[in-house]
Parts: sequence; C-alpha cells; structure tokens
Amino acid sequence: MKVRNSIVGLIATLVIALSSFANIAKAASSDPIRIPVLNWSSQVVMANVIAQVYEELGYNVELVPAESASRYEAVRVGDLHLAHETWQSTMAKPMYEAMDKGGLIDAGSHAAPTLEDMGVPNWVIEQDLCPGLPAWEALKDCSANFATADSEGKGRWLEGPQEWHGDVMPNRLKGLGLDDKWTVKFAGSADALWAELAAAKKEGRGTVIFNWTPNFTDAEGFTFIKFPTFYQGCRIEDGGSVETTGCGSPIGWLKKAANIKFPLTHPSAYKFLTKMEATAGQIGEMANNVDNLGMTHADAATAFITNNRSAVDQWLK
Amino acid sequence: MINNLKNSRPMQFGLLILVFLFFYFIIPHSENNYLWRFPPLFKGFPLFINNLIYNALYEWFPLKVWDPVFEMYEDKPIFREVTRAISRGVLFLIVFIREIFLGGAQTIGVFVDGSWMSANKWFTWPALPWTVVVAGFMLIGMQLQGIRLALLAGIGAFYLSFFGQWQPSMQTLSFVLITAPICFIFGLSLGIWGYLNNKVENALQPILNIAQTMPHFSFLVPVMILFGIGDHAGAIATIIFATPPMVRLTILGLKKISPEVVESGLMSGCNKFQLLFKVLIPTARTDILIGVNQVIMQCLAMTVIASFIGAKGLGFNLKLALNSLKIGKAAEIGICIVIIAVVLDKFSLAWANKQKNYFANLNFFQRNKNLIYFVVILIIGSVFAYLGSLYFNNINYLYLIPYEKGFSISPLIDSAVDWVWETFFYYLNSFNIFLITNVLVPMKNAYLGMPVISTFILVMGVGYIIGGIRSAVIVGLLILFIALSEYWDRALITAYMATFAVLISAVIGLVVGSICAQNSKSTKFMLFICDFFQTFPSFVYLIPVILLFGITDTSVLLAAIVYATIPATRYTIEGLRSVPLSLHEAGSMSGVSRLQRWTNIEIPLAFPHIMLGINQTVIFSLFMVILGALIGTEDLGQVIMGALSRSDGAGVALTLGIFVSFMCLAVDHLIRTWADRQKKLLGIE
Repeated sequence: MKVRNSIVGLIATLVIALSSFANIAKAASSDPIRIPVLNWSSQVVMANVIAQVYEELGYNVELVPAESASRYEAVRVGDLHLAHETWQSTMAKPMYEAMDKGGLIDAGSHAAPTLEDMGVPNWVIEQDLCPGLPAWEALKDCSANFATADSEGKGRWLEGPQEWHGDVMPNRLKGLGLDDKWTVKFAGSADALWAELAAAKKEGRGTVIFNWTPNFTDAEGFTFIKFPTFYQGCRIEDGGSVETTGCGSPIGWLKKAANIKFPLTHPSAYKFLTKMEATAGQIGEMANNVDNLGMTHADAATAFITNNRSAVDQWLK
Repeated sequence: MINNLKNSRPMQFGLLILVFLFFYFIIPHSENNYLWRFPPLFKGFPLFINNLIYNALYEWFPLKVWDPVFEMYEDKPIFREVTRAISRGVLFLIVFIREIFLGGAQTIGVFVDGSWMSANKWFTWPALPWTVVVAGFMLIGMQLQGIRLALLAGIGAFYLSFFGQWQPSMQTLSFVLITAPICFIFGLSLGIWGYLNNKVENALQPILNIAQTMPHFSFLVPVMILFGIGDHAGAIATIIFATPPMVRLTILGLKKISPEVVESGLMSGCNKFQLLFKVLIPTARTDILIGVNQVIMQCLAMTVIASFIGAKGLGFNLKLALNSLKIGKAAEIGICIVIIAVVLDKFSLAWANKQKNYFANLNFFQRNKNLIYFVVILIIGSVFAYLGSLYFNNINYLYLIPYEKGFSISPLIDSAVDWVWETFFYYLNSFNIFLITNVLVPMKNAYLGMPVISTFILVMGVGYIIGGIRSAVIVGLLILFIALSEYWDRALITAYMATFAVLISAVIGLVVGSICAQNSKSTKFMLFICDFFQTFPSFVYLIPVILLFGITDTSVLLAAIVYATIPATRYTIEGLRSVPLSLHEAGSMSGVSRLQRWTNIEIPLAFPHIMLGINQTVIFSLFMVILGALIGTEDLGQVIMGALSRSDGAGVALTLGIFVSFMCLAVDHLIRTWADRQKKLLGIE
C-alpha cells in the first residue's frame, strides 16, 4: 500500500514537472490566445466574437474570467494576450499605467464614440421630476425629489465605484455650486447601479446615476445631463480650478490593447484586432442579443457574426 | 470601595465606561491633536509591501532566458519563474480532470507536438456523456454507502444537467477536485507537523489566525500578481483560504487522543509511521472529518470570489447573471454550487466511515462489481450519445446539454422576488428610512466622533478587566497598528457596521438556536439550513437586498446579518445539545420550570461554547461588511475592492486585509480569554 502510494506520488510529481517544462519548451504560437471576459454583456459577447473569428483563422482560444482594471497588468506580463473593450474615463488610467511599466501596446480604437456621465432614466423626465432637464441648471431647483434616507435632505448622485474616477463628481458639484443641494454616493459595483435603476423605477423615485453609452440601458431610454463643455485641463485633477471643474465628460474612445509579443506570435490575430472597429450600433446589438433577446453569450456572438459578415470580413482583410 | 471594585465586574465595567465617556467629550476634534487622531506613521507600509512583491517578481536574481519570440535573451527573475511553474503545474492538473469530464485537447497537447495537433484538429479527447457521469455518481454513492447516498448523488448530478448548468458545473467540480485534496494534504501534514513539534505549532498559530480572518478580497491582487490570472490563481487563493481550518482541526483532533491509545499502539509494536497512520489519525478521525467538511465548504464558498481572478465555472456565470439582475438564474446556479458541496461532503464522510471488511471472501466480480457496471454503462451511454448525434439536429441531449439550454425555473423565482417587492416595498422602505435616520446614522457618527485615545481606553480597559495586563497590551498593539495608518476613520466605519451586525445576529442566533435545540429533529433540520447558507454563495443575496433597501448601509448590514447568524445559531445548538441530560434531570427534580432550566442551567453551561460561536459571528460579519463594498460602502472594504485597479494595489489590499484580520484577532483574543476563564469557573475543563 505504502509503496503504491509513493509510486503514485512520484508519478504525479514527474507529470507536474514534465508538464511545466513541456509548456516552457513549446513554441509560443500553439499557445491558446487568452481573452479576458468581464462582467458586462457587450464585453463578453465581443470576447466571444473575437474568439470565434480566431478559431476560423485556426488559432486555439481560451476565454479567461478577469476583472476590469487588473487585466491590463495581466496583459502586460503576458498572462492574457489582449484587452478589447477599454473605456476612456474608467479604464484609461490602469491601461496607461501598465504601458508605463512596459509590455502593453495600444491596438487602436473602435469606431463607437463613448460617453460616460451622470444622467437620468427617461421616465424621470417624462414624470417631470426635474423640469428643465437635460440642462444642468435645472438641478438647482429639484434636489428634494432625489433625496434618500441617508443623504441628509440633499439630492443624491449615484456615482460608480470611487476607483473609477476618484473625486471628479464631488468636485463637479462644488464647481457648479450645487454642493449645498446635492451629494455624491459611490456605488460599489456596476451591479449596484443597475439595481438602483430598477429599484428607482419601481418606486417612481427620481434618481441621478452614472451611466455610459453604448450600454444595454440605451434600449430603455437614458438621458445624459448636459454639463458645461469639457476641454483639456478643465478638471481640478488635470490642473483646472474650482471655477472650471464643473465641466462635463469628454466624448471618449473605446480602445483595444495587446501584449507586446502578440503581433509576432499571432500576426493575423493581431491584424484583426487592430482593424476591428465596432460601431455604437454593433456594440448595442451585441448587448441586446443577450440582455433583451435572451441568447447565451456564445449564441449572441454567432448571431452577430452572421448578421455582420461583411463588416467582419472587412476587419479580416 | 476599592475592595468592592476589585471583586465586582459590573463595577469595573461601569468605571471604565465613565472614563471612556469623560475622554470622549473632553478631547477637542482637531486634526492636530494627537489624542483625537494618531499621526499616520505607518503610511508608507502598503507601498513597502508592494515594492517588496514587485522587486521579487521583476528585479531580484534575474536569470537569462532565451526568448524565442524576440530572439534575444530576456531577464527573468527566478522567483517569478518558480511561481509561474507552480501555476502551470496546478493548471495542468485542473485541466486534466476537466478534460476527463468535458473533453478537449489541452492535456494531450502538452505531450504531443503543437504543429501536429493544429494540423489534426479531429484529435481530441471526447467528453463523458452526462448520463454516464450521473450513473457514475450513483455508483460511487452505492459503493460508499448504499442506495440513499446513490439517489442523492444521482438526483444532484441530474439537476446540474437538467438545468443546463452541466458545463460550468463540471468546470467547478474539476476545480474543487484539485483544490480540496491539496488543502486536505497540506492541512493534514501541517497539522501533524504542528502536533509533533511544539515550535512549529507556535509558529503556525499566528499565520493561521491571519489567513483565516483576512477578507478574501485582500489576497486576490497579490495572488494574481504572483501567479498570473486563470484557474490556477483562483485555485491558489482558494487553497490559502481553505487550508487553515484543516490544520487547526488536525492538531485539535490529535491532541485529544488519550495516552492509552498511543501506549497500546506502541505495545503492538508500531513503528513511527504505523503509529501515525494506523493509530493516531484513525483515532482523530471525527475532528479530521470536520476539517474535510470545512475544506469542501470553503472551497465551494470561494468559487465566486475566485472567478475575479480567472476561475471558470459556476462562480463566474453567477457573477454574470447577477450583473444583469437575473436573480432567478443566479439562484439556480447557487443551488448547483450547494449540490456539489453537499454531494462531495457526503461522499467524503461515507468514504471515511467505511469499514473495511477483512473477512469477506469475495470473488473478482463481487469485489469489482460497481467498476464493471460503470464500464457497461459507459459503453451503453456512449452508444446512446452516438445515436443521439444522429437523431438530434442541433443539440445532442444525450451527450452534453450546453450551457443554459436546459430547463429553467428562473422566471418563477424572479416573479417570487417581484411579488415580495410589490407587496412589502412600502413597509420595508419606511422601515429603512426609520432605521437609517434613527439608528444607523447616529451610531455611525458616534463611532466617528470617538477620539482615538478613548477608543484605546475602552478596548484596553476591557482587555485588562478580562485578562489582566497581558490582554490589555495584546489588544492595544493590534489596534495601534491600525491607528497609526491613514485608514483609521474607515476602520471605525467598518467597526460600526460589524458591531451592529454582530449584535443582531447574536440575538437571532441565540433565540433560533435555543428553540431548535429542543428536539433532535429540529436540530438536524437547522444544522442543514446552516450548511446550506454557508455554501450558498453570499453574492446571491446582495442583489435582492439592494433592490429592497437601495444602496444604503441597511443593505450591507442585512446581508451581513443573514450570513453571520449561521455560526451563532450553529454553536448555540451544539452548545445546548452538549449539556448532559443528567443535569436536565437534576434541574427538573429540583422543580425548575422549562424556562428556568433554560436560563439557569442550559445557557450558563453552554455559554463558553456559544461565545466561540459569537467569535465566528464577528469574523463572518466582518467578511460580509467588507464584501458590502460591492453594494457601496465608505469603509475599509471600499479601498480593498478599489485596490484591484490600483497600481500599488497588492500592498494596499494586503495591508488593509491585515487591519481587518487584526480587528478580528483583538475580539477573538478577548472572547477566548473570557471563555477559558468561564470554563474553569464552571469546571468544564
């Protein structure tokens, strides 16, 4: 019994050692392409679209569950090969930090312009909870309709997690002189934002929340508040002053990033990645296939490719 | 007067509170006053840890490694090569088990030339048809115990397939089939080593304490940086989290063995190894089994959190479902996780309890009948799966039911949640507003308005009263480490939420536990409920809670209370059930009523054990309060969660994790000291 156990142990050790060396020695090109999947629909579907196209090209692909910000470090050191949905206002910082350390390259932008800002679901406007929206000046007189139990009588802005933009929104309230009527609460995760959206609707209570487009909420209707126009350096973080920091968010990009070795190890896959320029409509379609039509993510990707064959072929050329 | 004070605990506590209040109101709230807030002397600590990790990974002891891509030599630090080799080993094992269930070509690909593999795409390992796996589960149950376990295992496995969760379930199963045995082996060997060597045990204790009380999120970033992203990283985080109870219970079990057992072993001529494996470990079996049970529970409880750093399977799908507010779907997946936990737990229990029959004279067929059955079923199942591929056009229901292509009751669950919402929303909402404005906000402000010096007076004073000067110093040092950082205010908010959750959970646990401990049926039922909620991923009730109470502290606290009531209830039941029946009788004979018996006999005798439950309640509620960062909090959890995206995240997450751990340890120390002393007074030990 004892002898058998030790033999089993020995074999196991050998297999582990062997597999490690086998992996090291293996040519990098037969390595599966590792694509991160995160926790929102369009990203997961796009990961599946890329995976299915790469399989057409003859590559092995592996989808790896990951987390939005920390994936750039993983791409940088080569644990992941690419990161395909990088939103300017929430993810630019970790992406460029990884670039600073060396090993991550910019693989171009999608065609879709993005906007990430505070806004209200359309029914808030329809029910006239804040007359004058979407102009930001309207916020001066309607904060009472947006108060919650813990906001001490002020109206509440529900911002995304604090690590997304730090103190941009509290500063904006100060800059616009709204901070005596409004306060900012940081939600813990994107889930919390959507839960708040659903709860406020059911309750018929006003809510101002952080959101972005293209997103699945576009289908239900969401209006972004029009803040003073953004220009480089208007925010306190970028060297602006209290007077100018009330500016809104810029129209942003949606980028792709890759590991520095990716173009050499998987050239045609990298070419596809740089040429892939999804439009807002296409990203909306990816999300819609899952969120409203109820497909699985893999099916949604297949449907998307069939539907957009000519575009995909353009990206492949 | 002085004499009175020496003997009366209540008076001592009264005096302490008076001093506490005196300082509370007299210290001015000013940032420059060191009695109000200590200066952040340890501010640089997170960065220091972070630099340590980075230097180890990217700077120290570089090796020249040939890079075939750039065709040049690259510097690769040796430490990183070692961690990555471990990663590859773990990943290989997980993929190997996974491909037995689901098929694939990766395992073969390790041994076969890559270009040949990509030229011969047909060459993959086929998956086991789900029918065969279900039958296999049943046969294992049959072999280990009998028809009841076989049915349980069979129905469980059938559920996984029927509800279209087969693929993620098998991914999670393969993940657990690797992590749980590794935890078991590590835990057992460390435990044995600790038992044999006192120095080792003393060294292990603080490490175990910290590993067990640190919030899971705080070691995700370091693990990811050290080991890379993927199933292996998830597995390693799980192992760190799930091994400590195993070590602890092994030491506990071995220490309980009476010297007679060891003597009799020696007398029969055992050598050291025989003594250990044939005498000591079998004798300590019950405690070791509880350890195995804990390992399995913890491994599955980690599935969702492990998916943050790359673990595939049920956990990731659950996170995804919750993100789009599909509560019904998430609950279905949650049940799958519970099923796997229950079946594996029962299997391990049955396996360990199985007595070998040395006298049965069986022929080859009788000895191996279940194996033979399995081979027959495998052949039949494969034939059917092949026939299925001819019969079904799209999905071969006899081979693998793809993800989310099965039956679903999620609309039903969703409408149930909706109904609760519609019906109770207004009551709950006004309750919520009342609670926040009258209890939570004042309580939070009271905690935040506490000068640091009065916090120390209170905490160290309690330590002094309970355990003398030694306890006071230990507790003081643990808290001092937090007070010297820049996160003291956040720690106070964490403390406020944890205090509230612990108070409510303890009361509920005590009441429910006492009621259920009255007879053995309700005891059994309640313990099952406890097991269920311990493995049911706590993420699932984060979302309903947000829907009902919004993004407020109430939501976080409710989630924490649900989770933290489990140990309070469990330990109350166990404590009360362990009160000897003869004492009940003695009480009854002296003419006590049921209620008197409960208050005057059962509760005091069970109290030390119940206090250990409260101890667990503190740990559990701190975990959930930290996890509450996903809802939205302003405490330590928010920073720990945010560390996932910071460049110096590893150091920050670890440091704050240690803070939370130290808070747990301070409370743990006080409760343990108190319980030990109380046990001595009662003459229990």
